[in-house]
Amino acid sequence: MAHMTLAESVLSGDRLALARLLTHVEGDSPEARAALAELFSYSGRAHLVGITGAPGTGKSSLVNQLALHFRKQEKRVAIVAVDPSSPFTGGAVLGDRVRMRDLSGDAGVFIRSMASRGSLGGLAQTTAAMTLVFDAAGFEIVMIETVGAGQNEVNIARLAHTTVVVEAPGLGDDIQAIKAGILEIADVLAINKADRPGVENTEKALRSMLELAHPTRKKFLHHGRPMIADAAAEAADSRLWIPPICRTVATDGKGVEGLAAAIALHAAHLRSTGGWNLRERERLRSEVEALLREALVRRFHAELSGETFESVIQNIFERKLSPWEAVRTLVNDRQA
Amino acid sequence: MTERKIRVLVAKPGLDGHDRGAKVVARALRDAGMEVIYTGLRQTPEMIAEAALQEDVDVVGLSILSGAHMALAPRVLELLKANGQGQVRVFVGGIVPDEDVPRLREMGVSGIYGPGASTEDIIREIRDAIQ
Repeated sequence: MAHMTLAESVLSGDRLALARLLTHVEGDSPEARAALAELFSYSGRAHLVGITGAPGTGKSSLVNQLALHFRKQEKRVAIVAVDPSSPFTGGAVLGDRVRMRDLSGDAGVFIRSMASRGSLGGLAQTTAAMTLVFDAAGFEIVMIETVGAGQNEVNIARLAHTTVVVEAPGLGDDIQAIKAGILEIADVLAINKADRPGVENTEKALRSMLELAHPTRKKFLHHGRPMIADAAAEAADSRLWIPPICRTVATDGKGVEGLAAAIALHAAHLRSTGGWNLRERERLRSEVEALLREALVRRFHAELSGETFESVIQNIFERKLSPWEAVRTLVNDRQA
Repeated sequence: MTERKIRVLVAKPGLDGHDRGAKVVARALRDAGMEVIYTGLRQTPEMIAEAALQEDVDVVGLSILSGAHMALAPRVLELLKANGQGQVRVFVGGIVPDEDVPRLREMGVSGIYGPGASTEDIIREIRDAIQ
């Protein structure tokens, strides 16, 4: 046991080691990077499901219900729940567990709360690395619950295979639905609190918004003649995925089965169309690019004396040099 | 690379439903820059220990107003230890009679706070305890 690395302990199913590693990953420590490198080859098996939506739509309660459902299928479920950090004190109250008490006592579930720590976009800097740890540790479903998001927190779509956007009746008129970027990232739409009045209007607004993006009846020219195609028929034989709209009531679990089925259907769709590999590849590419950027900047600073850099900044400050010229010379000089 | 954040689990074991104190403390700890995981009402010691493990916290704060602290606090301490988390500091807030205070301390509770305790004291003592 004493000779096991942290990564090996995690692979052997040690939950305390898993919790410790997640803390290291969150702090981006050298131990974390070593462990992540070790775990990487074990990853790539989990279905990453993002759950996002405005505050108060019931994301945590839905995650709770979905997890219960996936447990019935005997899948191991990990949950990463992100809540905002205070921009002033850096502290945070992470309250998502309050809605997930049904999952307590089940060794097939692991819930980790994380603070956004100043990161925008609905996730924290290290959320992706955390999901990798869960993936490698053998959790088949990893649900990522974002910060209560509104219109622009779309990073989740880059991380997750399937993004569920949670709406609720009475949150806004259809103009909100038109402008909200968050709806464009939805692979599945859930209207939670569907027992509340206004659910019809919410569904209508979402449906019309979806129809703008994916017209259900579209005209096209076939041998020079206008034809009408039914999107449902078209979707059947094409690679088009039209986000289904699922009504749910997370407090009593109504509609959750349908939502879980839609999530599974989307995964199957991605796999059959090659979209899964495409997403995976894009995500890994952007991860490598981010690491590369960071490493290059670090190497650049290591090779350049701090004095030189400061004097360049001073010259820019005195308007003797523009930032663009400065960067060009700094980069070219280093290469010479 | 980032500074180490103090992570605190705030939990309400037992059956009383008064969580105002727990929420005030949670908020004060947040304002002191800590990350507070709030678990809500009616938690069993098992649920609390499990959450403390998953969240890898440094501190567990128990809010108990039911009078059951002499049963609940040692049970939580015991479970933490059994899970390999003996280093986690446990604090108790609520209604604790004076004569129970030394006994709880002996069991390993790091701090005990009654009505009117100042949040500054709690914050300072948490920081000192996990040094």
